Amino acid sequence: MTQGIRVLMGGEVRTVPVADPCETVLEWLRRTGRVGTKEGCAEGDCGACTVVLGEERDGRLRYRAVNACIQFLPTLDGRQLITVEDLKGPDGALHPVQQAMVDAHGSQCGFCTPGIVMSLFALRHEAPGADRETAMDALAGNLCRCTGYRPILDAAAAMGTAPDAFDAREGATLALLRSIRRDGALAVETEEGRFHAPRTVDELAAVLVANPDATILAGGTDVGLWVTKQHRRLDPVVFVGEVAGLATIVEGPDAIDVGAGASWTDVMPVLARHWPSLGELLRRFASVQIRNTGTLGGNVANGSPIGDGMPALIALGATLVFNRGGERREIAIEDHYLAYRRTTLRSGEFLERVRIPLPRPDQTFVTYKVSKRFDQDISAVCAAFRLTRGPDGTVTDFRAGYGGMAAIPFRARGVEAAVVGRPWGLDAVTAAMAAAQAEMSPIDDMRASAAYRRMVARNLLLRFHHETRGHVARVASHG
Amino acid sequence: MADGGGIRRDRGPLKGGVGASVPHDSAAKHVAGEAIYIDDIPELPGTLHVAPHLSVHAHARILSVDVSAARAAPGVRAVITAGDVPGDIDIGPVFPGDPVLADGLVQFHGQPIAAVAADTLKQARAAAALVRVEYEPLPAVLTAEEALEKRFFVSPSLTMRRGGPEAALAAAPHRMAGTMVMGGQDHFYLEGMIAYAQPREDGDLLVFSSTQHPSEVQHLIARCLGLADHAVTVEVRRMGGGFGGKETQPAQIACIASILAARTRRPVKFRLDRDDDMIMTGKRHDFFVRYDVGHDADGRILALDMDLAGRCGFSPDLSNAIVDRAMFHADNGYFLPHAEVRGHRCKTHTVSNTAFRGFGGPQGMVAIEHVVDRIARSLGRDPLDVRKANLYGRDGVRDVTHYGMSVEDNVLPEMLDELERSSDYRARRRAIDAFNRESPVLKRGIALTPVKFGISFTATHLNQAGALVLVYQDGTVQLNHGGTEMGQGVYVKVAQVVAETFQIDLDRIRITATNTGKVPNTSPTAASAGTDLNGMAARDGAIQIRNRLTHFLAERFGTAPDAVAFKDNKVRVGDHVMAFEDVTRMAYMARISLSATGFYRTPKIWWDRSAAHGRPFYYFAYGAAATEAEIDTLTGESRFLRADVLHDVGHSINPAIDIGQIEGGFVQGIGWLTMEELWWDAAGRLRTHAPSTYKIPTARDVPADLRVSLFANANREDTIHRSKAVGEPPLMLGISAWLALRDAVAAVGEHRLVPDLDAPATPERVLMACEALRARMAG
Ligand SMILES: Cc1cc2nc3c(=O)[nH]c(=O)nc-3n(C[C@H](O)[C@H](O)[C@H](O)COP(=O)(O)OP(=O)(O)OC[C@H]3O[C@@H](n4cnc5c(N)ncnc54)[C@H](O)[C@@H]3O)c2cc1C
Ligand code: FES
Ligand code: FES
Repeated sequence: MTQGIRVLMGGEVRTVPVADPCETVLEWLRRTGRVGTKEGCAEGDCGACTVVLGEERDGRLRYRAVNACIQFLPTLDGRQLITVEDLKGPDGALHPVQQAMVDAHGSQCGFCTPGIVMSLFALRHEAPGADRETAMDALAGNLCRCTGYRPILDAAAAMGTAPDAFDAREGATLALLRSIRRDGALAVETEEGRFHAPRTVDELAAVLVANPDATILAGGTDVGLWVTKQHRRLDPVVFVGEVAGLATIVEGPDAIDVGAGASWTDVMPVLARHWPSLGELLRRFASVQIRNTGTLGGNVANGSPIGDGMPALIALGATLVFNRGGERREIAIEDHYLAYRRTTLRSGEFLERVRIPLPRPDQTFVTYKVSKRFDQDISAVCAAFRLTRGPDGTVTDFRAGYGGMAAIPFRARGVEAAVVGRPWGLDAVTAAMAAAQAEMSPIDDMRASAAYRRMVARNLLLRFHHETRGHVARVASHG
Repeated sequence: MADGGGIRRDRGPLKGGVGASVPHDSAAKHVAGEAIYIDDIPELPGTLHVAPHLSVHAHARILSVDVSAARAAPGVRAVITAGDVPGDIDIGPVFPGDPVLADGLVQFHGQPIAAVAADTLKQARAAAALVRVEYEPLPAVLTAEEALEKRFFVSPSLTMRRGGPEAALAAAPHRMAGTMVMGGQDHFYLEGMIAYAQPREDGDLLVFSSTQHPSEVQHLIARCLGLADHAVTVEVRRMGGGFGGKETQPAQIACIASILAARTRRPVKFRLDRDDDMIMTGKRHDFFVRYDVGHDADGRILALDMDLAGRCGFSPDLSNAIVDRAMFHADNGYFLPHAEVRGHRCKTHTVSNTAFRGFGGPQGMVAIEHVVDRIARSLGRDPLDVRKANLYGRDGVRDVTHYGMSVEDNVLPEMLDELERSSDYRARRRAIDAFNRESPVLKRGIALTPVKFGISFTATHLNQAGALVLVYQDGTVQLNHGGTEMGQGVYVKVAQVVAETFQIDLDRIRITATNTGKVPNTSPTAASAGTDLNGMAARDGAIQIRNRLTHFLAERFGTAPDAVAFKDNKVRVGDHVMAFEDVTRMAYMARISLSATGFYRTPKIWWDRSAAHGRPFYYFAYGAAATEAEIDTLTGESRFLRADVLHDVGHSINPAIDIGQIEGGFVQGIGWLTMEELWWDAAGRLRTHAPSTYKIPTARDVPADLRVSLFANANREDTIHRSKAVGEPPLMLGISAWLALRDAVAAVGEHRLVPDLDAPATPERVLMACEALRARMAG
């Protein structure tokens, strides 16, 4: 049992006492006088709190921008934490990212600026020389109310690629990170609560059986808000982010097998390779910061009716593997959701893997996200279709998954039935649209009215039809 | 900025004077996380933190408030309700109506009823949840339209009138009537509301407040505590954005913190989290508009009758002036030969709406642009041609507004011509038509719209400013004035003016925090007037000192005063050339005063509100934008392909800063009219109170191809270095984006039908408008 975690900061290993396992990194930073990092929303949406985590990945240092406002302090254990205060050189010289921002007039009120600098710092390391599109992706989670962004994008283009002081220290940093790697599980217990971070799947299974009322914490991009917004007290917390075996992505001959703890950032390129349309959608899933910690497993387990992962997984025929005390079961994803926020998850059980059958040449797959704002918004409607056609063009199989159209992630069996066995064409699609109208009872709220959602759910079938004919039928992002 | 700059002697030509694109004075601190905002000030020992308890009804009588459980909760040091306010409970800035804490009656969902101060924020929040309130719910009015129907107002309606609109309407060859609505807007400054009150000796208070109006915060704190103004000092070095949201609204936060500080004799910090900030504080007014317009076959307006009904929320706040400004801008740049414009201040049981960049002006402009757009479409003409036909003339006939002011500085005809050319409007219009013929799902549209925005506070007395200029022996300067820095760059621009006046490098001038103890009775930094007013005041102060130095040197060297010249960090007296700092040292030794207060009041302006007549504005700032949009007619999603902006800032004091204001304002305007949607439920609860549900533009929402240029034009009025105000006007360039979406929607009806598209033009509204056109085309 330890009360402290070890974090690499400014080239030194620091032992940080944990008072409350659910204290956020941002609260801790600001409480201890590192006030350069700002709070703009405390819910992961504005990016003012962006900090960068350094960790070893395939023998090199990887930099991940994350939202300090929803990350719990103990999740820093064994990592390098870089905040805006760390960027200037010892001589006081601005880092190239900072200098580029000054030169481009990239700050006005300056409140968003530390977060923007950190997002650009991570971008400069992870994608040196990134183009404007990539820079916009990297900034989707950073709101600026003053500048209109043009100067910030100019700064991104001008910040250069020459190695910086962090690159120069990479070897030493890796050595320090290795020196603080924990062999066993981390367990913190304070008056405010308990925090477990097992390192193997078996340890995880055992901890959960022993603590069936524990809150499972993966990326914390849903769970973090329970604390910062709903002011809930979580005790104990079991963190799956250190379970190496849960983050693996295995590409088999028939299926991709994704560990529930794999982050969206890690999953994205693999899924995008097999399903480019899914890659497109994931580029618009939250922000880089959220995807860097948020997991596919957390999305599936949370099972929000407006979550973006489920429609695609339903259409792709994915299955879920659960584990309770080492005992495993596998079910089709659409069968997991029973009613609003009610699933088949049993006490003491966790989601271990998600299996996604690989695409076949006779299949066409798309997934669409429609939201009020193009980037970093929750879907009003999310849809995914997998069309399988025979040699004569007849639809042999059709799978349709929807978000926003029911109290749960929804498999639209009526839509599917309307097209199977018919030639893929306007008639079949018109029938499917009528079926969609009949079988869906959309959400009606501040994001969109039920009438709009219904109309879009129907029209997306038409869009799909247009696109299978090779027509351009949606406004793309820039570029 | 003086990095020991006073000591360096070998200075060359002036650096950082007027016209130089120097970076924001805090830029290097912003990027390093070293710029101190109020929440970053190191906390004094014993500092308490505050959480409010908010109403859960839109309108209800408070039967009882029980704070005993909250008071007994861990860490709690004080809990206050309305009865605990020692002085005046009403902190209405102009008119009464805003209680510090709800007093017997709640008038919006989220109105604060009690406030808890505790050792930690977590404890304060936990305790605030323990306050028990018994309510008797009352019926609530929630929309402007309903309030207008019921004549339920926070203050009386006003009419502006010119000519005889009734007869002119009746005689007009074309006439149409209609209604429209436009949404409000949350400021979404990145730094939420905050105040930090520190008790000093004699019961005095030093209060750090994130405010655009320190003098008002000072005054209201004193009033609600029953203190004299001199007992309260308010300071703000910078805000993390304001946009008008921190003009009147910070007072409540600062007053609550101050009451708790006075009560506990401890430092008290009150910082709203994002949700409370969005729920508790006012926003841009949404408007309901009704109009009746008569025009000729060219689309020229002959007569207009218009009602502008702003949703004010539960109290007057600044709504009188805001709705007035909407009325002043119901012409935008267009001549209205016969007009009656009526402005209504609708009372609703929602948060009291307040100043927001443009201060009602944008809403008036959206209304008239909607009308002009509709006229053009009903005639089947290019809206740009109809806009041009309606512009004010310069012939002494078509140049008088509906409130009797002559438009003397109109440059819109030239600006629209220039932008039409530089944006290649006509060729692109043809290309868009061709695209639309071939494209069944995607449609494109374009709109080129003008902006004419009146500069000055319409409350004439606010058009004054003071500054304090302190010159030290080493030739460095401390500068202070009533302007507050919220990112717009007023500090650096005013410092550039002082640098220019003394002819010394900008790095010799230290800009200091706005503080009511240095310059008293200041006006809010608002109405775009920060640099106009404070720049003039600071220059006045600097000139006084420069004149003293001139006379001193003339006497010392036995020359005429006009033989003394300040230039490029040096002072020349006849054949002698001295460094500026040598002169200041000499002057000190000769007992010459090196400090001065400067003052300025805007000339020429007057406004007779009872007659709705006068010259409320010193001058107008102009702009124009051409924006091209593409929509998806299956989902209503949109994007902006290109925008060309031409804006008139007069002679720019700092072109880089001004361009930053133009682009930032433009994008904020696009956000307002296309995606930012405030959504209240049937119970009057705001459901979009965080960035998860309230969406402001991200980097990708900015037009892919954005071309901004400054219009070459000196202010014809004698403003500071002939510059023009730039804070607010660019927001209204965003109207072109909204109208480009309307144009794209109209393509669904092959430009034969007039689309129905209110603001904000969210994907939902765009799709519904497309559907409606498709139905009309089919039917
Ligand atoms: C700003 C922001 C933007 C967002 N945008 C999107 C978006 O565009 N689309 C979208 O779909 N979602 C979005 N989300 C929601 C969230 O990011 C995703 O749902 C994410 O995938 C959750 O993963 P996580 O690892 O962070 O889950 P956590 O927050 O750690 O956990 C979520 C839930 O899953 C449970 N859980 C986690 N792992 C397991 C497991 N292995 N077994 C059993 N239960 C488990 C947790 O107990 C919890 O109930 C957004 C969130 C934020 C804050
Ligand atoms: S504070 Fe807004 S994302 Fe963290
Ligand atoms: S500079 Fe003010 S929010 Fe970005």
